[in-house]
Amino acid sequence: MTNFEPIIQIKNMTKMYELGGETVMALQSVSLDIQKGDFISVIGPSGSGKSTFMNMIGCLDRPDSGRYLIDNEDVGQMKSSQLATIRNEKIGFIFQNFNLIPKLTAVENVELPLIYRGMKTAERREIALSALKKVGLVDRANHLPTQLSGGQQQRVAIARALAGSPPILLADEPTGALDSKTSKEILEIMNLLNEQGHTIILITHDLDVAKQANRVVRIHDGQLYENGGEWFADTENGD
Amino acid sequence: MMASYTRMVVNGLQTLRMAIKSIKGNKVRAFLTMLGIIIGVSSVIVMVAIGQGSTKEVQDQIGSLGTNVLTVSVTGSDVTFKEDDANQLKDVSGVEAIAPTVSGRVTVKNGQTNAQVSVTGTTSPYLKVRDLELQSGRFIADLDNDNHSKIAVLGSSTARTLFGFGNPVGQYVKVNGTSFRVVGVLQSVGSSLGSSGDSTIFVPLSTAQRLASTTSIGSVYVKVENENMINFTLRRIEQKMFTIIGDEDSYSVSSPEDLMETASSVNKTMTLMLGGSAAISLIVGGIGIMNIMLVSVSERTKEIGIRKAIGAKRGSILLQFLIESMVLSSLGGIIGVVLGVISAKIFTITTGTTIAYSVPVMLLSFVFSLLVGIVFGVFPANKASKLDPIQALRYE
Repeated sequence: MTNFEPIIQIKNMTKMYELGGETVMALQSVSLDIQKGDFISVIGPSGSGKSTFMNMIGCLDRPDSGRYLIDNEDVGQMKSSQLATIRNEKIGFIFQNFNLIPKLTAVENVELPLIYRGMKTAERREIALSALKKVGLVDRANHLPTQLSGGQQQRVAIARALAGSPPILLADEPTGALDSKTSKEILEIMNLLNEQGHTIILITHDLDVAKQANRVVRIHDGQLYENGGEWFADTENGD
Repeated sequence: MMASYTRMVVNGLQTLRMAIKSIKGNKVRAFLTMLGIIIGVSSVIVMVAIGQGSTKEVQDQIGSLGTNVLTVSVTGSDVTFKEDDANQLKDVSGVEAIAPTVSGRVTVKNGQTNAQVSVTGTTSPYLKVRDLELQSGRFIADLDNDNHSKIAVLGSSTARTLFGFGNPVGQYVKVNGTSFRVVGVLQSVGSSLGSSGDSTIFVPLSTAQRLASTTSIGSVYVKVENENMINFTLRRIEQKMFTIIGDEDSYSVSSPEDLMETASSVNKTMTLMLGGSAAISLIVGGIGIMNIMLVSVSERTKEIGIRKAIGAKRGSILLQFLIESMVLSSLGGIIGVVLGVISAKIFTITTGTTIAYSVPVMLLSFVFSLLVGIVFGVFPANKASKLDPIQALRYE
């Protein structure tokens, strides 16, 4: 499904943190291109800089240096309000803990990104319901998150990520809080979405999950390596 | 420009709905938060209603004195001002009639029933000067004054207290132990600030002077011929008083306007003080709102993180919390206004005091409560809007 048209271009991205007076190089000159329609996994153990990298891709944080282009827009040095707009329009987040707002019903949660676009109520509702339909939860539209199972909550979260039809879906350990059967369902949905043309970036520490993607990169000590899947497979084989 | 404006309006409406929803989700807390504002606003309204009610009452009272009556009071204790001196005022041009008075308090008794009332010794023109009317019988006549007659005219409430619904005319009452024959009863004139204008008795001036063993006059009511010339007449009377008494600090001549001004300035101060102390409780209510909003921000850190990740800008989060505190405070304001109006009504029914509602004060206290919501909402809302989305998302 790859069209060889880059949706994300990262060049020499670095990020440092001050932690207890010590400087931590969370990302050391990372470069990565992601093509439109790609399904890519970023795999790495905790402390590898994986979370930092996800925050960068998700425009939740700004790199110290390097270039970052989404859809040919340079987001590396944008103001935080501009970043908010990019997050709203270009990226659909899927979190490990679903991160639904507990007071809002499923459909209201799905509507959230559209609210921040200033869309009118009726239009918003229609789009949100069709997003819920895609994940097969339209009959639970008026349920509160607490009335839904984990798998259902994650499907609502996916619907929320889809509602704004962003070019990129960014999933951070989407199956981390689910049992293996539900995990499989969620991954199937993600595969389906990829087949429908969505670019998906999957962040995980689980190799089996990472293998769902057609490209796996590995992060280790703030460095990014291609062919992460093979490397992990090798280490698992005891090499 | 247009698009961003529509977006703002849609956002605002949506935010308002979210705020109402979030308040509905926590009714008890919302009510307790609003309580400060409710108490503040309702006490402002009750206090001002009572304050302005008493102002109005005093003004009515002074108005009932007549707009063409001057009051001459002798205040010096070492000057003598007798009936003959008072009669000289009758000759001042522009004066229609005068009524010299002495007054005090006495105990009036009819059999076992007794009452503490104010007594006024005066002459026959008093009725005309003060514009009073008789309910029955007659008023003091010149002959009564000449003869030091022991006769009395009762105020309506004195008559009611001593005789119930019976007719007092022709009956006898004891004034400080001395028997007086009742010759008349006056119509009611109403009351002010708790003292009834009807709990009175009137006796001839000479009789009252004998009762009080004095020969001087306390005050003189002067009716002027022409209301428009009242200030000229006032000057002439002042001149006359100076020639009689010779010490300008020992007497005062006041017009109804003067009295009105004094009374309203006293009441204005009272209303201001009552309103002020109530306004302080409004500010305390605002601090309550700020406190709860801060709690709400920290409770909803995760929600703020989610919203920010999804694309909420700082402004949207700021607006959300600001509108929430404004909804809380203005709702408190509305409830406060309603409660204030009801409490003032209950107050007037149970105590019989006059109240006067002030619509500007109601609007003002509502607007003030809204402002309190904004002022005390800005700090928590700003705090919420500045949260780092990464930190906020990690918050459990």
